[in-house]
Amino acid sequence: MLIYCIKRIGLGILIVMLAVTLLFFMIHLVPGDPARILLGPRATPELIASMSQQLGLDKPLPIQILMFFANLFRGDMGMDVITNRPVADIVFGQLPYTLSLILTAIIGAALIGIPLGCYSAINRNSLADRVTGILSVACITAPAFVVALYSLLIFAVYLKWFPAVGAGEKGDFGDQVAHLVLPAFAIGLSWVGYLSRLVRASMLEVMGENHIRTARAYGLPERLVVFRYALKLAVLPTVTVIGVGMGFLLSAAVFTEIVFARPGLGKLIFDSISTRNYPVVMGSVLVSTILFVISTTISDLINAWLDPRIRASL
Amino acid sequence: MLQAIKRICGDPLGLVGLFLVALMVLSAVLASVIAPYDPIALNIIDRLQGPSFKHLLGTDQLGRDLFSRVLFGGQVALKIALISISIALCIGVVLGMIAGFGPRWLDNIIMLLFDTIRSFPTVMFALATVALVGPSLSTVVVIIVITSIPTYGRVVRTQTLSIKSNEYIQAELAMGASTFRILSMHLLPNVVGPLFILASMDIPTVIALEAGLSFLGMGVKPPTPSWGSILNDGYNLIRNTPWPIIAGSIPLVLVTLGFTFLGESLRDLIDPKLRKSL
Repeated sequence: MLIYCIKRIGLGILIVMLAVTLLFFMIHLVPGDPARILLGPRATPELIASMSQQLGLDKPLPIQILMFFANLFRGDMGMDVITNRPVADIVFGQLPYTLSLILTAIIGAALIGIPLGCYSAINRNSLADRVTGILSVACITAPAFVVALYSLLIFAVYLKWFPAVGAGEKGDFGDQVAHLVLPAFAIGLSWVGYLSRLVRASMLEVMGENHIRTARAYGLPERLVVFRYALKLAVLPTVTVIGVGMGFLLSAAVFTEIVFARPGLGKLIFDSISTRNYPVVMGSVLVSTILFVISTTISDLINAWLDPRIRASL
Repeated sequence: MLQAIKRICGDPLGLVGLFLVALMVLSAVLASVIAPYDPIALNIIDRLQGPSFKHLLGTDQLGRDLFSRVLFGGQVALKIALISISIALCIGVVLGMIAGFGPRWLDNIIMLLFDTIRSFPTVMFALATVALVGPSLSTVVVIIVITSIPTYGRVVRTQTLSIKSNEYIQAELAMGASTFRILSMHLLPNVVGPLFILASMDIPTVIALEAGLSFLGMGVKPPTPSWGSILNDGYNLIRNTPWPIIAGSIPLVLVTLGFTFLGESLRDLIDPKLRKSL
């Protein structure tokens, strides 16, 4: 297991380094001078030269890559060209908003989806199971931004149950929670369907295993068999799936933050694109990529810990 | 083929999926015949109207008929999905077969490349690309192709690895058959089936991504109709009228459902064991 851990973490670091290199080349291989693109068409040659020097664009490409990595290693993602603040400060200032949104969405989805999947498995092939199955697929297929638009339209604009925009007043916990409900619902709905299908399939598999048959043969109550012995095992795959699903959650958060004008990484990227603030765009993409790689690595490690066969595959 | 359609029709969800997909394809192909109005023609007098016999889904802020825009938006969605998935499939098949059949070091490099591409959250990667090269139809296609290649490539690689150790492949190699012959005559026919099912299940994801980027104003450029841009109009007018949101979302949700049901039905056809487990 230790060798697998070292190999998998090493692979994660290698992937992040390659992703950083890819991002670097994306910025530098785009037609045109990045400094000129950054400053817009009205920039004077002096201003462009000064910006090129500030960004290190006047140096040879290999030196630029090395400087890029060295700065990144120190946590320096460059300077925001508009506010002249460090990009890292801006990105990490927005990160808690996105993380709280994702966590609320996934916890809410797990609280609804897991019992729903369990109920479907227990009542297999019943009408309720079929209806749940169709609803689950409908939830999975509904794009997050469409759900966000409908929840905004129904619950904020027409019914006025929840606030429409923002993240709530700082220090007012109740207001912040109220502002979190609709965005978390928009992201979490597809996960309700996904988790319920996954738990149902997993439960059906576990319910057919020998230890469950033995528990039943001992005359244990069905409730105990289902909740203590079957569900415990059936829930395990969801833990690993959530890790791999971090990319989807981050993507869905982008749309949701924009629809609800809520601060976060997605909103930051969107706003930075309109002001052509590339260092902030790249810093945000980089942080979300690192977050995604960390979550998939953790998920793979948990998987390998649960299933020794996986350890041999790397 | 006829038998496959017969079996899909026997599955209620498969039948619903087939119907929705056929409806989408037909309405997109025949958009210029069915659409009652020009999708980009302005008619300010009729702006922001609700559904009526004159305008089945109402009109937007510029008086454009939403039903006509939805039909032509279907054309754009289908075009982008088919073009990008076809290109991604071709590149994915070639890279996957090279990874599976080639030397170990090449396999490792290709897999690392796939893992690196997959490490970017799709929408974040799309936004970064659009930020650098600007929004356009071709940018959307390129983004979808790049992010889809690893999925297809990995499936082909796994299939190739499992098939290449078979005795009949070893016998072909021993008889001096070329790598190209083995890949095209023996491996390709075996990987095409599962790959098409995977592609059919990917179509809704691609359509939703295109709509999402157009919704953010980073996909198809106005005034070209797109389901995403209709939703964007609806978002800007959310306090005035709900109809653009309803008009833009209904086809998107129905098509996504249709392709998902059809894809699941096709998958059950190939592997009936999955049906029992799910």
